[in-house]
Amino acid sequence: MLTVTNIQKYSIHDGPGIRTTVFFKGCPLRCTWCHNPETQAFEPEIMANLEKCTHCGKCMQVCPQKAVTVMADENVLDREKCTACGMCVDRCPAGARSLAGEEMPVQKIVRAAMKDELFYDESGGGVTLSGGEVLAQPGEDLLPLMRKLHGECVNLAIDTCGAVRWEKIEAAARFADIWLYDLKVMDPATHKTYIGMDNRLILDNLVKLRKLAPRARIFIRIPTVRGISGTDENMRETAHFLKENAIDPEEIDLLPYHRTGSGKYGRLGRTYEGGDLEAPSDEEMKHFQEIFREAGFTKVNIGG
Amino acid sequence: MEERGMNDRIRRLRRISTETPVHIDLERARIETEFYKENEGKFSVPVTRALFLKEYFSKKTLYLGDDELIVGEKGKDPQASPTFPELCCHTVEDMHIMTERKIVPYHVEPEDIEVQKEEIIPYWTGKSMREKILARMTPEWQKSYAAGMFTEFMEQRGPGHTCGGDRIWTRGYAEYKEDIEKALGELDYLNDMDALSKAEELKAMAIDCDAICILGQRYHDLALKKAAAETDPTRKAELLQIAVNCAVVPAHKPETYWQALQAYWFTHLAVTSELNPWDAFSPGRLDQHLIPFYEKDTEAGILDDERARELLECLWVKFNNQPAPVKVGVTLKESGTYTDFANINTGGIKPDGSNGVNAVSYLILDCMDEMKLVQPNSNVQISRRTPQKFLKRACAISRAGWGQPAFYNTDEIVEELLNAGKSLDDARCGGSSGCVETGCWGKEAYILTGYLNIPKIFQLALYDGYDTCTEQQLGPHTGNAEDFATMDDLWSAFVRQMKYFVDMKVQGNNVIEKLYATEMPAPFLSIVTDDCIKKGRDYNAGGARYNTRYIQGVGIGTVTDSVAAIKYHVYDKKDLTMTELLAAMKDNYVGHDDVFRMVHDHSPKYGNDDDYADAVMKDVFDLFRDTVTGRPTVNGGTYHIDMLPTTCHVYFGDVLLATSNGRLAHVPVSEGISPEKAADVSGPTAVIASCAKMDHASTGGTLLNQKFTPGVLAGDKGLDNLASLIRTYFAMDGHHIQFNVIDRQTLIEAQKHPDDYRDLIVRVAGYSDFFHNLDKPLQDEIINRTEQSFD
Repeated sequence: MLTVTNIQKYSIHDGPGIRTTVFFKGCPLRCTWCHNPETQAFEPEIMANLEKCTHCGKCMQVCPQKAVTVMADENVLDREKCTACGMCVDRCPAGARSLAGEEMPVQKIVRAAMKDELFYDESGGGVTLSGGEVLAQPGEDLLPLMRKLHGECVNLAIDTCGAVRWEKIEAAARFADIWLYDLKVMDPATHKTYIGMDNRLILDNLVKLRKLAPRARIFIRIPTVRGISGTDENMRETAHFLKENAIDPEEIDLLPYHRTGSGKYGRLGRTYEGGDLEAPSDEEMKHFQEIFREAGFTKVNIGG
Repeated sequence: MEERGMNDRIRRLRRISTETPVHIDLERARIETEFYKENEGKFSVPVTRALFLKEYFSKKTLYLGDDELIVGEKGKDPQASPTFPELCCHTVEDMHIMTERKIVPYHVEPEDIEVQKEEIIPYWTGKSMREKILARMTPEWQKSYAAGMFTEFMEQRGPGHTCGGDRIWTRGYAEYKEDIEKALGELDYLNDMDALSKAEELKAMAIDCDAICILGQRYHDLALKKAAAETDPTRKAELLQIAVNCAVVPAHKPETYWQALQAYWFTHLAVTSELNPWDAFSPGRLDQHLIPFYEKDTEAGILDDERARELLECLWVKFNNQPAPVKVGVTLKESGTYTDFANINTGGIKPDGSNGVNAVSYLILDCMDEMKLVQPNSNVQISRRTPQKFLKRACAISRAGWGQPAFYNTDEIVEELLNAGKSLDDARCGGSSGCVETGCWGKEAYILTGYLNIPKIFQLALYDGYDTCTEQQLGPHTGNAEDFATMDDLWSAFVRQMKYFVDMKVQGNNVIEKLYATEMPAPFLSIVTDDCIKKGRDYNAGGARYNTRYIQGVGIGTVTDSVAAIKYHVYDKKDLTMTELLAAMKDNYVGHDDVFRMVHDHSPKYGNDDDYADAVMKDVFDLFRDTVTGRPTVNGGTYHIDMLPTTCHVYFGDVLLATSNGRLAHVPVSEGISPEKAADVSGPTAVIASCAKMDHASTGGTLLNQKFTPGVLAGDKGLDNLASLIRTYFAMDGHHIQFNVIDRQTLIEAQKHPDDYRDLIVRVAGYSDFFHNLDKPLQDEIINRTEQSFD
């Protein structure tokens, strides 16, 4: 089984053409700016949007674990007790609760992913496996999934943070047509501060991937946060790293930081730590774009 | 409001067109009343009709405004709306309502209300088609009509729904008259028992040829007179050229590009002055009709692209100057707009099947982009042979967010026409007009007869034919839902209710069709429609080569989800009883949160590429189609279906209490073949995949609306993706798709501050309209239409 949080159709920002993106649950990284925090933990989780809660108490009544407490102005979920069985989700009349993460067999994912085949054919699109971190999913199910999709002759993109064992990337490279490879911060210490681990493994894997699969289409994606990844220095170092290792990406996408995911932390019973983060201004973004262009990269996009 | 137009002339013309309030013009009604008082009973019906048109064109006030290059108005001036008391004689109360209502008002001068009261009403009372029609309908029909089971198109407006074919551009009316006189001479009074009535019809057509030539002659004279008084040499030369144009057309075939446009416009005025046919009239494939003139004139050096485009923009202003005939009552609810649905097709294929895009096609795209007018309705025809450049240019205009152009699948239209029995040659010369309706241009009368409230028919199947909204028995007794042991039992009840109301609608239609055939012929429209001259038969009496009547189904999304919710919860999963569901519906789901959640959120929904829901959609669609299609019409035609709503989905929702899909009472039902509002949660590809499961080829047109926020379609990539969506939908045999590209917040702001957004145009259904012209439920609905945004 693979744990999926969402299968998004008409996905147009995760690779070329019209695509379907499968988001898997679980990630080795903890980026401060992460806008999909529900994909960080590997286990399914309940999300509770208390703004919608009417305090009717039905979730409390139905919970077999007695993990929910509802009072006049409170609705608390004991996540230690919660098994994410989803009964409170079905019961909630206000639609305030949802279940992040569904365990799905390979064939079900393939069937869902192939539904838009005609759109892929027409637009040059395909299927993107993303996350969380897709390559952190258990290999005994992930490889059959990729093999099956490959067998469907669909254009397959892997959206990865690169922070996985090399063997996982090596195995995926046999099936992937496109790599959406995230690079965040080049300075190892800053990387560790904001992301939870240093970047050695990520950078090594990218260099190895380029050598292993010289014809694979690689798109480099850089979440751009002012003063962290969004600095002249970081952009120059990234450009330098790519040049030095003969990584000639098909596109470089500079993705400006946005706050749209911050509300989801509360629904997971967590606190958003990125409150101080900012997106670079449009001028700054254009300036970063210019840095890459000067370094000889032709296709540099702002946004996906 | 933004000033648009390629130069000062067009901007001035456009400003007059968009800023002049729409007003009622009684000149036509007065001339007609005087004429009828004098002449009623002296001639045959068709000849009387033709003599009246001749009288009107001989006496009507002419308008030739400053800057104009194409001349002629239906009424006295731009935005004048003549009335047609022979079809619908407005009461004094009607006149007060139309001038005072907030939405789609028609200004009436107080003295005109007096004229209506003293001159028009006394003569026409009891004689208008509306009164004759309503008097002949059965009590059952009256009850069901009033309860909103269906609407009736011909109770205020004449049948029309057609487009011109090739001949308008290649023949003048002096030449038409020769054809008519030849046909008159060939009548066989010995063996043909209809020879006399044919003779009267042909005589009427010949008189109408004179009528339009008189109008042309009068404009010639007026242009000369204005030229003589004109001091500016440039304008003087223009006026002299207008005079020359009006000397050539409409009597003779046009020789130049400019004359071709003027020739069309005279025909348009005559068709829409004779009666007030639905969808006005259209030039059809304008680009293909104009290209020979464009090529000849540009080679001769008398036309360049700038002038060619300027003349197109002048024509666009002319279309926009003509508000739809004023509507009241149910007809206003089903079609609450100034738009008269003239629809110009660009692109497509040539009669030999090859790619039809030409140089004029691109000029038309530039013109529609520049003018941003709600009229004419502009669409592009996309076939497999259409160049990507053309499609992308059209996508770029559509992306600018005002709903035009709409995209039509030419290959599918040909297939629909072939399926309906047309020859390949005629099918390739057809297209779509009005909202999305398919027809063979210049050769077919394809008459929309009214909308059918499919969700309400299903609702009656739950309640033994009883209408819970108006609290009366409307349908046959088919049993109460609580007594149905199986889904098949419920379905059988639905089938019987469907048949009952389609039978009722068709019986009514038969009477109306017959009334129009005998009492309200359209000899002018018959001149330009093959084979009316040859047959000596009127357009309204089956004279066209092909005769089709459409019934338009509304609410497929709502009814699909309603049926699916019952099938899924009550009969398949058995986690809900019919009694519980009906109790919740009765209370409009208030106090039934659990039931509401089940049917609203945990039930298969059409528009998500969900095979369970989509199979239900197919069953409902097939039932509707098979109940209607193939029935004979009075004048030798055949019934077919369309799937489009105009604004009728709002009215049909208003007369419907809560439905079993969780839709609340009085909320609009789904429009066109689009999913129920906010039920499509899987993105546009899923919507398209669901809609494509319907058998479009067996319809006469379907309408699919998609709303996007601008961000989704940003950049060249966004344009490529939009083009791919269209190509894929059309590869799946979809008929039509159109886009609203506007963010929700903008619409909410526009609703709060209508004055600040007076120029905001949105695609409503088969047409675009100013957002501030829409009433609140429709505005709400557009705001709520699922936004396909994935930021």
